[in-house]
Amino acid sequence: MFKILKKEEMVPNVFAMTIDAPRIAKKAQAGQFVVLRIDEKGERIPLTIADYDRETGEILIVFQPIGASTQQLAQLEAGDALLDFVGPLGQPSVIKKFDGTVVVVGGGIGVAPIYPIARAMKAAGNKVIAIMGAKNKDILIMEDYMKQVTDEILVTTDDGSRGIKGFVTYAVQELIDRGENIAQITAIGPGIMMKSVADATREAGIRTIVSLNPLMVDGTGMCGCCRVIVGGEVRFACVDGPEFDGHQVDFGNLMNRGRMYRGEEAEAKDHVCRIGLH
Amino acid sequence: MAISMKKHEMPVQAPADRIHNFDEVALGYDEETAVAEAERCLHCKVPQCRKGCPVSIDIPAFIAKIKERDFDGAIAKIKESNALPAICGRVCPQENQCEKHCILAKKGEAVAIGRLERFAADTFMAKNEPVQPAAIAPDAQKVAVIGAGPAGLSCAGDLAKRGYKVTVFEALHKAGGVLSYGIPEFRLPKDKVVQREIDNIKQLGVDIELDCVAGRLFTVDELLDEEGFDAVFIGTGAGLPRFQNIPGENLNGVYSANEFLTRTNLMKAYKFPEYATPIHVGKKVAVVGGGNVAMDAARTAMRLGADEVSIVYRRSEAELPARKEEVGHAKEEGIQFRLLNNPVEIYGDDKGWVTGMRCIKMELGEPDASGRRRPVPIKGSEFDMDVDTVIIAIGTGPNPIIMQTTPGLETTKRGNIAADELGATSKPGVFAGGDIVTGAATVILAMGAGRKAAAAIDEYLQSKK
Repeated sequence: MFKILKKEEMVPNVFAMTIDAPRIAKKAQAGQFVVLRIDEKGERIPLTIADYDRETGEILIVFQPIGASTQQLAQLEAGDALLDFVGPLGQPSVIKKFDGTVVVVGGGIGVAPIYPIARAMKAAGNKVIAIMGAKNKDILIMEDYMKQVTDEILVTTDDGSRGIKGFVTYAVQELIDRGENIAQITAIGPGIMMKSVADATREAGIRTIVSLNPLMVDGTGMCGCCRVIVGGEVRFACVDGPEFDGHQVDFGNLMNRGRMYRGEEAEAKDHVCRIGLH
Repeated sequence: MAISMKKHEMPVQAPADRIHNFDEVALGYDEETAVAEAERCLHCKVPQCRKGCPVSIDIPAFIAKIKERDFDGAIAKIKESNALPAICGRVCPQENQCEKHCILAKKGEAVAIGRLERFAADTFMAKNEPVQPAAIAPDAQKVAVIGAGPAGLSCAGDLAKRGYKVTVFEALHKAGGVLSYGIPEFRLPKDKVVQREIDNIKQLGVDIELDCVAGRLFTVDELLDEEGFDAVFIGTGAGLPRFQNIPGENLNGVYSANEFLTRTNLMKAYKFPEYATPIHVGKKVAVVGGGNVAMDAARTAMRLGADEVSIVYRRSEAELPARKEEVGHAKEEGIQFRLLNNPVEIYGDDKGWVTGMRCIKMELGEPDASGRRRPVPIKGSEFDMDVDTVIIAIGTGPNPIIMQTTPGLETTKRGNIAADELGATSKPGVFAGGDIVTGAATVILAMGAGRKAAAAIDEYLQSKK
């Protein structure tokens, strides 16, 4: 069992949980993920690691209750425990000193997995600029975290309640237009957001890394559920990724496969409601 | 009394019933039938059956014990060579092994060696006798076993019996490997058989740590250099599913058999939404492949409510690699066999869901390297199958995580770990066995490899003392 040490509702309907997992914390690196299971009947939920502390043995996960399982996860409190917590999984981000600025882009809760990457990039001696996008100013997460590991932050909101009004791509364009010497952009968020960033950087020829979040079962390369098309080839996000060259990813296929269980998800949510979990 | 040329039938759940449940299909012999079947054995002076057994069980001896109704004696004989008899009695392809060599098979049907093995194992299990813990000294040398499948479990069990302190590291949340995630409940019951065998191994004194992905949580070198293990056995199996590499394989509704079976067996998606993992089975399902995994996937799809399930296989019936009994069961359950066909494309609708599969007809040409006649496409014979779900069951390859993270561990051209007959790898103190060495094979071969490696590890550690 893996104890939940802390739980916080960062902004309405976005939760952060600190999990006691010293062995994983010892090995975790930026860009990797965990798979958790709440209880014996639970599904295996993949979540990118939002932070790790080798000293205290803690792993931070950030999630938004969307399906039945994440709703159930959100019901748990500090002191409760998860039955399974597996990791660190996937290939770590490539961290090195780049010849130019490193830009990290996080959309929605995509800011969470961007944070350890920004931190590692900064520690490697890079100038790091973060672009953080949210629907409005009230649901922007982890700004305090990001401030500590970046040289500059650009905020975008869909409604213009903070920063640039519009999508994160507007901020990307702004950096390109002002002549920022960008060596690499890493973008994490919804599929459509990552696609837009990749489209925005393609012409300028800026190396763009995206962290894919397809459906997964085991997370260790065994089932192929998470297969994605990159550069015309089938790759497994769990063992070959989750990070890939954004200019090579077939986002249409990624987003389509993400919808495979829409019908079942509705049924499961209905089931959760009927047994009165909330 | 003349010997019957036919095996005693094993009672089964009626097909019309069993396609609606996941309970075990084959119900096993009762005592009288087992003894009567044992009496068919001629006790040949030079028994051929043993030659066909990958772990050389003394088959005539255990059958003789059943004949004498000494069932404890029978299981003791089997256990001299086979650590998991209740499992092997159910899943071994006996018709290609022991039973193939039975003298009776020349004129009629072989002695039902597999069914007798299962009978002996089940009879023993029903007695619920506690397993005696192995004598493991507090300062015993430590061995790490990576993977709790057939190879790892039998290696661990043997090492414990030899007095070593063994920890098994399993990546999934359940031990058993393919026995848990792959082979369905209706062919190999999980609680009744698999979990019991795992519990027995734990009783011996073996520690099993779940949720540990070796190569990520720790490396093989760290086990040896930092965590105090004196030797490591790698039995990580053939886990990586292969695809056909044809257009349309990423459409919604296309599964690897591994995913389809893992969702059903390990995650219990057949009890969705009580269990949270969903599975999507359409009305018309095509399973591509002809092995046991293909049969398991097809029969699972039927049980999950498909109207029509077809096996699409590029060779003919004679070449089907699946156990004969499972092919028979699949046919009884209404699975259609569309043989000598090969898929060339899967196509879908504008929402990205499968709507059909284009196949080409095949004919058998000259024998290939495997000795089987090579399937050759017949030009212009393409046709379309109306399907909404496609399950690809054409085999699996080695999972690369350990090889990528273990310097000095040599691999073969096919990406498997290079190991000698006894399981020794290119890295001192590191042994390997089962599918990770041979490529996808059988439970019994993996188990045999695990046991051989246990003996080799014993010898290695004795010499190190």
